[in-house]
Amino acid sequence: MKSISRSIPKKDHGEKMRGQAMYVCDCPTEGILFGRMVRSSVPRAKVANVKLPTLPDGYCYVDKNDVPGTNEVLMIVQDTPVFAGETVEHIGDPIGLLCGPDEREVLRLAGEVEIEYEMLEPTFDARESDVVFFDYAYEKGNTAAAFAQADHIFEEDFETGLQEHMCMETNGLIAGSSDGKIHVHGSLQCPYYVHKALVHALGCRPEDVSVAQDVIGGAFGAKEDYPSILACQVAVAAHKAGKPVRVIFDRKEDIECTSKRHPSFCNYKVAVKDGKVTAMEIEVLYDAGAYTTMSPVVLQRGIIGAPGIYNVPNLKVHGQSRKTNNVPNGAFRGFGGPQTFFAVEMMMEHVAKNLGLEPVDFKLAHLAKQGDSTSTGGKYHFPVPIAPMVDAVLKASDYRAKRAAYQNQTGRYRKGIGLSAVFHGGGFTGSAERDLLKSVARLHKDKDGNVEILTANTDMGQGLFVAFTKIVAETLDLPHDKIILTMPNTDRVPNSGPTVASRSVMVVGELIRRAAVRLKDEWKDGEEQTVTEHYKHPEFMIPFDIKTFSGDAYPTYSWAVNAVEVEIDTYTGAIKLVGGWGSFDAGTPIDENILRGQMEGGFVQSLSYGMMEKITAEKGKIRNNTFSDYMIPTAMDLPKLEILLHVEDYPGGPFGAKGGGELPHVGGAPATIAAIENALDTKLGKAPFLPEDVMNHLREVNR
Amino acid sequence: MSVFNLNGKEVNYAGSPAGRLLDVLRGEWQMTGTKCGCKEGECGACAVIIDGKLTNSCLVAMGSLEGANVTTIEGYRETQRFAALDKAFEAVSAVQCGFCIPGMVLAAECLLSANPHPTEDEIREGISGNICRCTGYGPIIKAIDMAAKEGDGLW
Repeated sequence: MKSISRSIPKKDHGEKMRGQAMYVCDCPTEGILFGRMVRSSVPRAKVANVKLPTLPDGYCYVDKNDVPGTNEVLMIVQDTPVFAGETVEHIGDPIGLLCGPDEREVLRLAGEVEIEYEMLEPTFDARESDVVFFDYAYEKGNTAAAFAQADHIFEEDFETGLQEHMCMETNGLIAGSSDGKIHVHGSLQCPYYVHKALVHALGCRPEDVSVAQDVIGGAFGAKEDYPSILACQVAVAAHKAGKPVRVIFDRKEDIECTSKRHPSFCNYKVAVKDGKVTAMEIEVLYDAGAYTTMSPVVLQRGIIGAPGIYNVPNLKVHGQSRKTNNVPNGAFRGFGGPQTFFAVEMMMEHVAKNLGLEPVDFKLAHLAKQGDSTSTGGKYHFPVPIAPMVDAVLKASDYRAKRAAYQNQTGRYRKGIGLSAVFHGGGFTGSAERDLLKSVARLHKDKDGNVEILTANTDMGQGLFVAFTKIVAETLDLPHDKIILTMPNTDRVPNSGPTVASRSVMVVGELIRRAAVRLKDEWKDGEEQTVTEHYKHPEFMIPFDIKTFSGDAYPTYSWAVNAVEVEIDTYTGAIKLVGGWGSFDAGTPIDENILRGQMEGGFVQSLSYGMMEKITAEKGKIRNNTFSDYMIPTAMDLPKLEILLHVEDYPGGPFGAKGGGELPHVGGAPATIAAIENALDTKLGKAPFLPEDVMNHLREVNR
Repeated sequence: MSVFNLNGKEVNYAGSPAGRLLDVLRGEWQMTGTKCGCKEGECGACAVIIDGKLTNSCLVAMGSLEGANVTTIEGYRETQRFAALDKAFEAVSAVQCGFCIPGMVLAAECLLSANPHPTEDEIREGISGNICRCTGYGPIIKAIDMAAKEGDGLW
């Protein structure tokens, strides 16, 4: 490890430990109006009439008629309204916002708003939906010929479910105005996404709006797209009321009404010739929910990763994202990757089993290597370290001996072990970093030689401020306490892009490293200096065409190998996690503790995505909307996990760092399901797989 | 009117006995170190110590506190035991988003005061009422173990 990797105390440690960190819910509420959404109680209808209760003085109601600009939330496609227009499209669709000085009274009044609906026919199953939001396809080689010449053809369906972010802190924002300007602050990952959305909805100039981040109590994508919606709503209310307005969701509202991970339905058809996979035909379907939000880019990432880490010479991939009248799905750590990686890892597992081969060896025989072409005809420009990482995980987990031992089990308790190998491409897909984001980062030195880092990137607990501080301090050879970094406010920071897509260290970190190199060159003692750096697209990249899905989708990849061991109680169906091992390559760690923390935390989210977390909806109504019935792991649900770091430097990232945040959430679920199917001696194609699924399975096979 | 001890000081509460301790702490008394994650006793973010027991303050009616000793993070952070936990949590970077941390720290205190030398499984049990979505618990468990060893004698 390099010297920069040695861990230092986190900047936010002390205030969080002492309970002094200011989350949006901790901001003073004097003079503030509390807001409560009035939401659709039906999945699809025309809104015929809204009848308000008598509102006392000081209370107000805002809806679509109060939006001063355009009643659209500016995202990729402009179909999400700030407040519902003529129709509502899902249960929880916001119709209006009731605000007032007394929180309890606001709750009471919001509950008394009567909505008359004219019902329309809803769709809840993406497979039955005829509204296709996005449709992408690409091909490589000649799949028809490969299938014609195949010795074996295998076909299977795979499904994954909704996953809720379950941040400990729910969504919440405050909007207010002063000096003729609207200010929004709160729990948000992407200040400039919110800024742009506000300008559009308020119909004002960019300089009329400022957006600032408060301390964030977890995000994982939950606060990527959703705060743009909530910000427009609270800002419209603050604009009308002439007072600051605060909306903080309660847990039920946060679960029922905000975005989640897209459920997926995949079909894989695989041709095998002479023991090798020669072709894959892949159909991918994601349930977008009622509005498009992040669905196009989630689907793009999903289909690009659909053949996994394998070199598949002939490939035909088709993906659709369809509308349903479910709550809109959006960004969640992994961003479309976990669904198709689940499918391809299970498919490779099953093809190997069908051929009578050990899945790990079968996977190793198909690995892409440096110089090979990617699914989209780009190139793996850098080493593919999966083989040594698999070795490390096999050793740490004792996989082979356990796999041999866990054959033909008949007792009450049955054990299983499974392994997955995956990648995550860092940064925005294709040329979007260059063409859409055009990130700008800045360093400002004061006369005393303190250097302030100015970017729009947010620390939501993942430790970005430590990483940024270390990058600049190390480059300038300054002590860490000479580096200033505070939570971003769009009034002060340039637009260095959103804190998403595992891009912040790799892309923005490199920008501030370059800025620091320049500042060092130009350093003048006792003078104020500013250095600004603009994004430069890596020259080695094969240009990506999003219409044809050709070229380098990502400059480089982070890699992960996960093994999971389970023990199943066949009397109760209970699935106990016995062991978890992960080898992760996110390049050089900028801070080892922080990278390990990201890997372990993400791995756990991915494990429980496989065997614990399930949203159950009935006719569009989410039934499990609390911590009591949407289960996420407690400390007792987990074994001690072993996290191994593998380092392949990326020359385009600061000190060799690559993207890390999402990597651990890609491979946990397929490793878990592979372990469960090892224990049950079967083949499984869906995640999550819960105790009731174990019981159903055992009943079906009658043992 | 109920009288109880909050972080070592006697307090008089004149509001409704049905009020929630969590709401009174955060709202009326502006002690925002105690966090609200669910308001139904499931997540542990609002945990405080009442008469030595880790308790979710969202489930505590003010009327039940007559004569009780209540410790919140605002009081606990002034102790030597907190300093030992603080040092250990810092050393392993156990704090990510931080929202669960005040409750988690008080859970660690209750665990260690009952069992100054816990095993890993006992630590897992001791913090099992406190949900953390960020860390996967590994660093937190390591930190509590470290504090128990390095702060030996404090508990």
